[in-house]
Amino acid sequence: MREDKVPQDNSPTYDGHKKLMYATDKEGHYTGVQSSGWEVESFATSMAVEDLQQLTLEAKAAVKTGELSPLAYHMHKHRFDIPNLSQVSGFFQWQVKRHLTPKVFNRLSQRKLEIYCDVFALSMRQLINIEDNNE
Amino acid sequence: MSNMENTFVHRQSSHCETGVVANMLSNQGRISMSEPMAFGLASALTFAYLPFIKINGLPLIAYRMPPKSIIKGVAKKLKMTVHSQKFSNQEKGMEALDSELKLGRCVGLQTSVYWLPYFPEDMRFHFNAHNLVVYGKNSQGDYLISDPVFEDVVTCPADDLKRARFAKGALAPKGLMYVLEDNQEQVDFNELIYKSIRKTAKMMYGLPIPGISFFGIKGIHYLAKQILKLEHKPMKYTRLYLGNIVRMQEEIGTGGAGFRFMYASFLDEASALTGDERLYELSKLTTEIGDKWREFAMQAVLFCKKRQDISLHTIAETLQECAKMEKQLQTRLLSLSVLK
Repeated sequence: MREDKVPQDNSPTYDGHKKLMYATDKEGHYTGVQSSGWEVESFATSMAVEDLQQLTLEAKAAVKTGELSPLAYHMHKHRFDIPNLSQVSGFFQWQVKRHLTPKVFNRLSQRKLEIYCDVFALSMRQLINIEDNNE
Repeated sequence: MSNMENTFVHRQSSHCETGVVANMLSNQGRISMSEPMAFGLASALTFAYLPFIKINGLPLIAYRMPPKSIIKGVAKKLKMTVHSQKFSNQEKGMEALDSELKLGRCVGLQTSVYWLPYFPEDMRFHFNAHNLVVYGKNSQGDYLISDPVFEDVVTCPADDLKRARFAKGALAPKGLMYVLEDNQEQVDFNELIYKSIRKTAKMMYGLPIPGISFFGIKGIHYLAKQILKLEHKPMKYTRLYLGNIVRMQEEIGTGGAGFRFMYASFLDEASALTGDERLYELSKLTTEIGDKWREFAMQAVLFCKKRQDISLHTIAETLQECAKMEKQLQTRLLSLSVLK
């Protein structure tokens, strides 16, 4: 890529930052060039972020209607899915899946709830009552 | 709390691990090293399609060798020693960091990206193999950090840094911290350059085991086949799948085109150092390969935007062209090392 072809698309995903790219100068030799974003990359990032936001919103609604436990909301909001939440919490995937149902979640021991508090860096109140989270 | 600040010259890099190594070396003062040179000497260029490692349900695609191989690779080439420590106790891990800082050292850390508050919101995912250098601590107890992918130095509260260092899950850092010890050994850069190129070229075709086609040029062809199979999948999955490839290639600090431009920059610098004009010609070919990868990324995103003129076939064909060009590069890199 030529130096003057390095995209400067002011991508919102960069949040005002600039990344370093490698490109060729007029003599055809390499140099570092800062880029404020590339629309192509930014579109891909936004797609992934929007997908996660969508899941979070859906989970929030499902928590309100009592279909899912607050854990579902926190899991998506903190960009986890069942496999990596299982790895991080130390619970098995089937346990995490069960904890996503309100019936099981409401009966979880203090100790198990504390594990989730620690994973998400939340207080017990914030974990149990999703209205206490700002968003 | 008292202020502690060790001297560390920050230089922005494309990628975290190569940036940390190059900056650590340059700050030691004996060997000044660019990021592409560190990348090239570590023979870090590769391609891997790993369908059995899923991130949010999507396969992992890597354009470089696994985490830590760059630090180890460069240290080995320069006959230096990496002193690294992991911790089971978080408090001990933080104390050990403080005592290293007190001794005047600048310390490399492996961290999660998600818990670093200075990262842009959209870039914070559960990726545990980020690298940065801590060079001090201010009077409020915040750490002074040279994070190579940022324009300038940053600060991070102690609690957040602790969380980032001890994040669990895949590639968990377990508080890993490291310093590079210079053993003052003399090395012949010319020799190292050809050796590392030879290693990269040998790896480019993939593993010489029948049936395993996830790596190198074979891996690229394999990915192209997977893209064609997306025709039978729901559009939502296809979009996320293609977007995931583009993100691995561009977003995750690769210097553009999945490290291809960084490798071209290495070949350019290597040509100047060795006086070997052929390396410059290969740098130009690698640039063309990088441009092809960028074209692929653009087509993939246009497809996600539902542009009529782009089909999955177009995207897969461009990817196959990338593979063909990388085959040419491999052949030429190999013939180069035969002569040496």
